[in-house]
Amino acid sequence: MSALIGFTLLLLYQVLGEAIARLFALDLPGPVIGLVLLWPSLAVPWVQRHVSEVAGFLLSNLSLLFIPVGVGVILHLELLSTIWWQIALALVVSTLLGLAATILLLRWLIREPVVGGDSETDVGQGRGHG
Amino acid sequence: MSGKGAVMAEFVELWTYLSATPLFGLTATLLVYVLGLAIYQHYDQTPWLNPVLWSIVALGGALWWLDIPYQRYFAGAQFIHFLLGPAVVSLALPLWQRRQELKRHAVALTLAALGGGAVSALSAFGIAWWLGVPESVALSLIPKSVTAPVAMGLADTIGGIAELAAIFAVLSGLIGALLARTVFGLMGEGTTKLAWMRRGYALGTVSHGIGAARALQVSNQAGAYAGLALAAQAVLASLWIPLLLDWF
Repeated sequence: MSALIGFTLLLLYQVLGEAIARLFALDLPGPVIGLVLLWPSLAVPWVQRHVSEVAGFLLSNLSLLFIPVGVGVILHLELLSTIWWQIALALVVSTLLGLAATILLLRWLIREPVVGGDSETDVGQGRGHG
Repeated sequence: MSGKGAVMAEFVELWTYLSATPLFGLTATLLVYVLGLAIYQHYDQTPWLNPVLWSIVALGGALWWLDIPYQRYFAGAQFIHFLLGPAVVSLALPLWQRRQELKRHAVALTLAALGGGAVSALSAFGIAWWLGVPESVALSLIPKSVTAPVAMGLADTIGGIAELAAIFAVLSGLIGALLARTVFGLMGEGTTKLAWMRRGYALGTVSHGIGAARALQVSNQAGAYAGLALAAQAVLASLWIPLLLDWF
């Protein structure tokens, strides 16, 4: 029952997001507006309790949800076969650059240890891994 | 002889019937994914055995080999596809759970997500453009670091092709999941709590859900920040990508 209420809530927020996007002619995807609206609502324990279970299930199986669209690649094989190495190069290089850029930005912007301390210098952790 | 032929004919008829129902696409997707996941877990989650990649290859290959139109497959698989909407809404949960860190490092995390996402998006577009890739395809590369459902909508908005954007997003996820460890190793990222945060956040920023799933396997800390980054990227990219393209 709780999961059912949670799922209904997720759908309601998505509907709300889609409605807002349409009413105000926003370029934002409806589910993203739903996300932004749900975020503060999670302060309400009732909402959080019901949403957590379903949200956890959906997020831990997120990769399954990409498959139907991914299989759609077979529709574009002809187009892609003519430019495959250009696309592959663009995807690999940009992914490497993006990863490196994010790491460098975070190193530069956050110097202090995060909440809970630094585990390498923390005697309590980092041991017992064998 | 005729008995055997009749059984065969019956089998063909049954197959024709079953493969035409939405049940086929739905069951095939789940079956292939569950098998892929089992193999992946059996071999200690080796990145190149990624179940999304092999499920797509197996299902795509099967459709091609059995001559089943994609539309017929999607008639069933759309029930899984539909869950992407509520899954995006669910991303509010990791944002909420990590609200303290988010508040504390709001500026840093926002800038890192914007910077990393922009470097990834613009370098992909730049390389493709420079190599003479058609404009609609090059534009479909821009939302590559955003989770697939959002990437599709964004591609539509900026004049790309939604299906290609989804595939590029999935591929970026896989490439990130495969190469992240090597990149972080080369950059000298350690195993401190702060390093796990950076590793996770970078993986979520560039490789969205697939990267986050990978990060979660390695460390809870990395997984949590990857989830945060994935949600941040979905929101931020939805804001800056259409704006940038409007501007040009």
